[in-house]
Amino acid sequence: MDGSNATSVDPRDADVSGDLVTVELARSDQSALNGAIAPSRLRLSEVIRVGLGSLAARKLRSVLSALGIAIGIASLVSVLGLSDSSKSALLDQIGALGTNLLTVEAGSGFGAGDAALPGTAVATVGRVATVEATAAVYSVGVGVYRNDLVPEDRTGGISVFATDPGLMGALNGSIAHGAFLSEATRAHPVAVVGAVAAERLGIRNLDTPVELYLGGRWVEVLGVLEPFALAADLDRAVLIGDHAAETYYDVELAPTVVYVRVDEDHIDATRDVLAGTIDPENPEEVEISRPSDLLEARSAAESSFTGLFLGLGAVALLVGGIGVANVMVIGVIERRGEIGLRRAIGATRAHIRRQFLTEALTLASLGGTVGVLMGVSVTYVYATTQGWRVIIPTVALVGGLTASVVIGAIAGLYPAIRAARVSPTEALRSD
Amino acid sequence: MNPAAPAIELRDVSKRYAGSPPVIALDRVTVQICQGEMVAVVGQSGSGKSTMLHVMGTLDQPTSGSVLIEGIDTSALPDDRLAAIRGRRVGFVFQRFFLLPGIPTIDNVANGLLYTGTSRSERRTAAEAVLDRVGLGDRMWHRPNELSGGETQRVAVARALVHRPAFILADEPTGNLDSASSASIMDLFHSLHSEGRTIVIVTHNESIAAALPRRLHILDGRLERDVRGSSGC
Repeated sequence: MDGSNATSVDPRDADVSGDLVTVELARSDQSALNGAIAPSRLRLSEVIRVGLGSLAARKLRSVLSALGIAIGIASLVSVLGLSDSSKSALLDQIGALGTNLLTVEAGSGFGAGDAALPGTAVATVGRVATVEATAAVYSVGVGVYRNDLVPEDRTGGISVFATDPGLMGALNGSIAHGAFLSEATRAHPVAVVGAVAAERLGIRNLDTPVELYLGGRWVEVLGVLEPFALAADLDRAVLIGDHAAETYYDVELAPTVVYVRVDEDHIDATRDVLAGTIDPENPEEVEISRPSDLLEARSAAESSFTGLFLGLGAVALLVGGIGVANVMVIGVIERRGEIGLRRAIGATRAHIRRQFLTEALTLASLGGTVGVLMGVSVTYVYATTQGWRVIIPTVALVGGLTASVVIGAIAGLYPAIRAARVSPTEALRSD
Repeated sequence: MNPAAPAIELRDVSKRYAGSPPVIALDRVTVQICQGEMVAVVGQSGSGKSTMLHVMGTLDQPTSGSVLIEGIDTSALPDDRLAAIRGRRVGFVFQRFFLLPGIPTIDNVANGLLYTGTSRSERRTAAEAVLDRVGLGDRMWHRPNELSGGETQRVAVARALVHRPAFILADEPTGNLDSASSASIMDLFHSLHSEGRTIVIVTHNESIAAALPRRLHILDGRLERDVRGSSGC
């Protein structure tokens, strides 16, 4: 090659005939092109690999942003898990105590002067076919004191009731120390002390004999009771035998409260007839309640707290989602070069969009999975320490994972669209 | 594809960027790059060299005029078709390398085939062969931060070669390299050219440009001079 071959050509002087040939060829080739150059294609496995690779390259940031989601999901799962576990514990308790206990009292309504039921109440109730057991307590109307030096008005809020040995059976009560009244002791000057009353009277155990000054007479403490779940009034009472009450305190035995165990299948029907059976003339003066309703109300009250905590969990999740969106938006700005390069090696806008969406979804579902595991662990540990059965509702597991995926999709959508719009020429410019 | 057509042809191509005043990056440029040619695009910073290279590689679309790749008019093609042309027929090399951090050399090279739907093992096999070709057979499992500047650019060249493109477009490939590495990269390009590859190199380095058989001088978006050792395709 010698120097004369080097020529300077004005581009507008291009070989016209050569151009025309090229145009012809180009046209005839246009259809061949669409077949010849296969479209860009990214396998699904590669979409995931690319997404994971990008996250792995920014481990700390990925972990921190996933942590936001994890905390949100963990709080949702643990709130649902703990609420269900505690509710089930409460329902177990209710189930063990029985929901078939009815409490009959004299009404406090109009004309109900003396709060006592007719003396025949226990007997008549016992004749109702669906009634399984009855027990009654009778107000004795005296005070009980640790000793005879305590002023009379310092009763400590402790009532004295007379009762029969059947009370423990009817109420599913249990004894903490000593024994309950029996057929033998119901006529003796002995007392059984409720859980709260024992505390107020300073009775810790019965290792040494304890005596109380009850209605001007010393009585020996026979036993101390565990708290009654369905009859809290009796926790603040000292109980003596009904025969002893008649003998020593000259009490006329008109029941203050009658406890009635009813056939499980006929609770409402029985409840409807009890008032009329006890006092046919003034059934409206008989008040019947079902103590287990109270526990159920407590359970409902706890549920309303659950709602509050769920709301807080949702806020945590939202903040986590915003964290992911934030990290993704920053990523789009920082990774303009990478986006430009990917476009240069054949990525379509859709590929870029898919990659960023995949990253957001991966972050969020990673956070979601960790969150579910955290939530389950918290529930397990707390429920176990409380002695509850561990219950993780399916809705918490499925809902937690679904929520994280949805949050990821929403958080990733805008950054993904922005990434796809990045101009590759701007991103790749050398100067 | 038409084997007889020029590798790249710009016909009266203009590129304007909106703004006040609007920037004319390319002004009615008509040029053909033939199969097997090695061409330098020379000009000052901001003269429109990079825009021309991006337009040649379908990364950017002209405001008017048409770009033909191997005889195929790209002006009316949608995004996915253009992406396919880039992914299969064009090999880009950039001043800033753009290797993905944290992944080994072999996968950075294999990424050149990522959007072609080739399986991972096939991509790695192809990457191995190309890395051997550019003399980095012993650097396959190194990460980008374990490579020298010259090696990094070699990896980027290998990535641009791995899908057997019709031509290579290099935008200031020696801009971030010391003189020894620059010389070694230019040797690589010359040796690829001697194997029959079509290569377009944007540079503002006169001595690099002077060593190339053909030089397109760009000034203010216009093709000022087309200097070459032989005429036509």
